[in-house]
Amino acid sequence: MTSVLRLDGVDRSFGDRQVLKDVSFDVVAGRMTGFVGGNGAGKTTTMRIILGVLAADAGRVTWRGEPLSRDARRRFGYMPEERGLYPKMSVREQVTYLGQLHGLTADAARRATDGLLERVGLAERGNDLLETLSLGNQQRAQIAAALVHDPEVLVLDEPFSGLDPLAVDTVVGVLRERATAGAPVLFSSHQLDVVERLCDDLVIIADGSIRAAGSREQLRSAYTTPRFELVVETDAGWLRDHPGVSLVDLDGARAVFDLAAGTDEQPVLRAALERGPVRAFRPVAPSLAEIFREVAK
Amino acid sequence: MNTMQATRLVAAREIRVKLRDRTFLISTLVFLLIAAAATILPPLLSGGPSTVAVTEAAAGPLRAAGLEVLAVPDDAAAEQAVRDGDADAAVVAGPAVLAMDDAPDDVVSALSTEPPVRLLNPDAVDPVVAFLVPFAFAFIFFITSQTFGVQIAQSIIEEKQTRIVEILVAAVPVRALLAGKMLAGTILALGQIALVAVVAVAGMTFGDNTTLLSLLGPAIGWFVPFFLLGFVLIASMWAAAGALVNRLEDIGGVSMPVQLAVMLPFFAVIFLNDNVTAMRVLSYLPFSAPTAMPLRLFTGDAAAWELIVSLALLLVTAAGFLLAGARVYEGSLLRTNGRTSIRTAWRERETLG
Repeated sequence: MTSVLRLDGVDRSFGDRQVLKDVSFDVVAGRMTGFVGGNGAGKTTTMRIILGVLAADAGRVTWRGEPLSRDARRRFGYMPEERGLYPKMSVREQVTYLGQLHGLTADAARRATDGLLERVGLAERGNDLLETLSLGNQQRAQIAAALVHDPEVLVLDEPFSGLDPLAVDTVVGVLRERATAGAPVLFSSHQLDVVERLCDDLVIIADGSIRAAGSREQLRSAYTTPRFELVVETDAGWLRDHPGVSLVDLDGARAVFDLAAGTDEQPVLRAALERGPVRAFRPVAPSLAEIFREVAK
Repeated sequence: MNTMQATRLVAAREIRVKLRDRTFLISTLVFLLIAAAATILPPLLSGGPSTVAVTEAAAGPLRAAGLEVLAVPDDAAAEQAVRDGDADAAVVAGPAVLAMDDAPDDVVSALSTEPPVRLLNPDAVDPVVAFLVPFAFAFIFFITSQTFGVQIAQSIIEEKQTRIVEILVAAVPVRALLAGKMLAGTILALGQIALVAVVAVAGMTFGDNTTLLSLLGPAIGWFVPFFLLGFVLIASMWAAAGALVNRLEDIGGVSMPVQLAVMLPFFAVIFLNDNVTAMRVLSYLPFSAPTAMPLRLFTGDAAAWELIVSLALLLVTAAGFLLAGARVYEGSLLRTNGRTSIRTAWRERETLG
């Protein structure tokens, strides 16, 4: 049985404003799940409920089929959207402290801290006070803080915001390692290109409701309009008058077009070949941004 | 890991950080110096027998009384020695005692025969000491609960301001966080007082002030439980005040009631300490009991049952404030935008606890 972190019918209101409506989705072990939504869509609230920092009004969160207890949550790794560590403590000391709070012995916490600081490239700065580090390095320390207790499940709220490109690579590497090692990884981001590059599964939330959830490929095919790209030698403007074709983009010899439902693409290709050489003809998968725009409407 | 272990970890961190804090170390050092100075210096300053200028013929009884004798040829030279500051006093023919501006009691008594004195209330306390001791108790409670209360509030605000609180709350129960901070504050406060007490006792012993020491003994013994409960009472209020704001700069607004709750009883005890009725009332009111009750014990007008009743009242109040403070803390900990009203914090507990 694969281990699954499951949200089931979670509701939450603040005052009379309902911010989560019947939120249900799975985060599967060994996979990176991207959690996407606009500002105020409910991502942070959802993550806080998973971690037990907020209580849900209704619904439940289970891990491996069991409702989450505090002991189970202590084995989760969490990176809140609003970052923070103790400015006047050294990096090594506070990461060790957080390891202990998550149940490690002092020795184990020290060893784990040393290993992680090495991994995220902070070994040299370990004894410096956090406030003396650059923002990028503080972010690395934050990652170390979330991972020090070798968590079973990772929940990261906007882990890439504010990271320089090198740090993004480091963090991506570390998260991939954890997923490969069998941890479910849930991360939110508003940088859709990053999510597109990283995630295996995708959950899209808008206005407090889950609009779409599933593997990236599933979502792609589910939301794919039959769209194609055609590159010919001369002008492709004739496509405009071809039955069933609606042009999306035309740039001289290159055209992107949608086909009306039930129209086959092969006649279009044949028509193009009759007019001259065809340099490229391929289906165009929608980008995550396009799916998101479509779904979150 | 249970709440107890989490509490211990939190407390250990608080103490570790504080022990590295230069301001804290310096203030502790200053307290110790004051305690040492207050107990060692007075006997030294007032000490030393007077030097008496006198002709060799009349020196006998003065030497016998342990005074320092400056032998001079005649009375004129004796007077000159006093004027020049070479001697504190002079004994001239008459006999008469000469001094500049302060009658030298020890010289006078060396020359006179005192009638025997029988004290009817030998335990009664020197009025100066009777004023200084309550002042010292009230001052210690005032300064300590203020310093360490503010420290608890600051540590709470720091965690809110830096947002680390969300990571902490995800890992350990909110109660453990608060309990750890309170525990650390109490340990540090008691530790500081114990150090001051050790230095003061050592100073009194060194300054040969053991009578005072034996008088203070029981009052100090009772001061500890009163102090502990009183500290929890004040610290709970500071914790709630700290949890309501998000930036250190905003602490002033919410801490006013807490400041008053510490300051008013302090001044009441200082100014009313010779008013028996007022002190009786103050010794039962939870906010002034920690200083007023040990004081009444010191001056000898509190019965044992009164101590117990007052302590029980204080215990109940402190427990109530601790629970209320914890609730406000839990209700406002994750509200990191703007100031939380105490009513909102009270009503809405957001976390699972």
